[in-house]
Amino acid sequence: MTDTPLHKTPLYDLHVARGAKMVPFAGYDMPVQYPLGIMGEHNHTREKAGLFDVSHMGQAMVRSRDGSDPAAALEKLMPGALQSLQPGKMRYTLLLNDEGGIEDDLMVTRTHEPDGALYVVVNAGCKDKDYDIVEEKLGHLITLEPLEDKALIALQGPKAEAVLAQFAPEVAELGFMEATSVTLEGVVCWISRSGYTGEDGYEISVPEEAVVSLAERLTRHPDVELIGLGARDSLRLEAGLCLSGHDFDASVSPVEAGVTFALGKKRKEAGDFAGASRILKELADGPAKVRVGIRPEGRAPAREGTEIADEAGNVIGVITSGGFGPTVGGPVAMGFVPPALSAVGTKLNLMIRGKAHPATVAALPFVTLRYKRKTA
Amino acid sequence: MLKFTEDHEWIEYVDGIATVGITDYAQQALGDVVFVELPEVGATYSKGDEAAVVESVKAASEVYAPLSGEIKAVNHDLEGTPALVNSAAMDAGWFFKMKLEDEGELDDLMDEDAYNEFLASLD
Repeated sequence: MTDTPLHKTPLYDLHVARGAKMVPFAGYDMPVQYPLGIMGEHNHTREKAGLFDVSHMGQAMVRSRDGSDPAAALEKLMPGALQSLQPGKMRYTLLLNDEGGIEDDLMVTRTHEPDGALYVVVNAGCKDKDYDIVEEKLGHLITLEPLEDKALIALQGPKAEAVLAQFAPEVAELGFMEATSVTLEGVVCWISRSGYTGEDGYEISVPEEAVVSLAERLTRHPDVELIGLGARDSLRLEAGLCLSGHDFDASVSPVEAGVTFALGKKRKEAGDFAGASRILKELADGPAKVRVGIRPEGRAPAREGTEIADEAGNVIGVITSGGFGPTVGGPVAMGFVPPALSAVGTKLNLMIRGKAHPATVAALPFVTLRYKRKTA
Repeated sequence: MLKFTEDHEWIEYVDGIATVGITDYAQQALGDVVFVELPEVGATYSKGDEAAVVESVKAASEVYAPLSGEIKAVNHDLEGTPALVNSAAMDAGWFFKMKLEDEGELDDLMDEDAYNEFLASLD
């Protein structure tokens, strides 16, 4: 470890003032929990609305150098259908390497700007690497401008729409994975209906000088509580969502990680993205391992790194995310197993502190996703 | 006699039996406890051995045997209701009872005043 001082988001002082326990995360001093506690914060988000500071994540604007569609360049490294993104629509996609491994996952949104500029959000721990990869491989085609003066907050939960609509009624009209420019409290924000909790909700890109007053205003609503990284992790785990660097890394393919929904149909047919040869081969022949949901039978949580054994005791995989799921009311985990042992209901053993604990392969997500998809 | 360790365990010593739990400070630092792994009755531990594990939503933490001896009882209530560690750390949330090998080891532990001073020194 180095002694590089931790970055602070523009909401740092608010976190401290609200009694947050601060921890280092991806180079930032971030709130892991507030006095409500991880369990209370998790449940509050599922029942009402939680406000998350995700300003540590990387926001950037991508434009082409020659006025063409910047999505054409990104598609060389990303397997999603990005060129077909209409203004105000967003997609979850992957940054791939030449070996078909996932360097990071990210959100790409088509803005309403006339040059077709794309707004991207990448993981905090990956942003420098991601930007370097894009610059190195695509720098002759596009420019990537980090939005250093923007904070990012997420309002998640069944009350998120009602709360945010009090400030801007038009946010109720947004469907899941749609985004638009909205004026909140006199400040122009970029708002998308998206998130990483399994709940309905919004992510709001705000000029950093305006984010403290907006966060204070939102948390004054009785249905809104500040939520830390601890509950953010248990919420996304229950929703069956991958955590970059844990549930996949640069060696893991989209087929192994179980995120093939991020592969555009025509993109697969064309096979015109980094690492396509491996990915198409795995789609045809099956991968060596695959990510599954796992429910331990007892109450002992199986943490990241826990070995997975078959019923005969042979180690066949490893847990990549695991803990207690407050909504599920018991331990939940995700990990990698051979395809032959990946069917829902397959019995496994988890080697927790040297002892075998029985577990079962379970369907993902562990909870019902409550996204507000627009009916076509 | 009530004693404390720097690992934030409390020890109540009555008639040769030491009841062991974690302090209110420890449960607050851990957050919501969701699982406790208890030792086997009859197992023997030396002072400092890992004797139990307490898991919060976020992480697992070891509980060390504060003294040497044999486990005589464990708190089975924690298996069904681990949250007792949060709500009643100093009584109903006890972990295990030990028969001590050497009562003299108690002298190395802190009394309540010393523990409170120790807590004050942490901030």
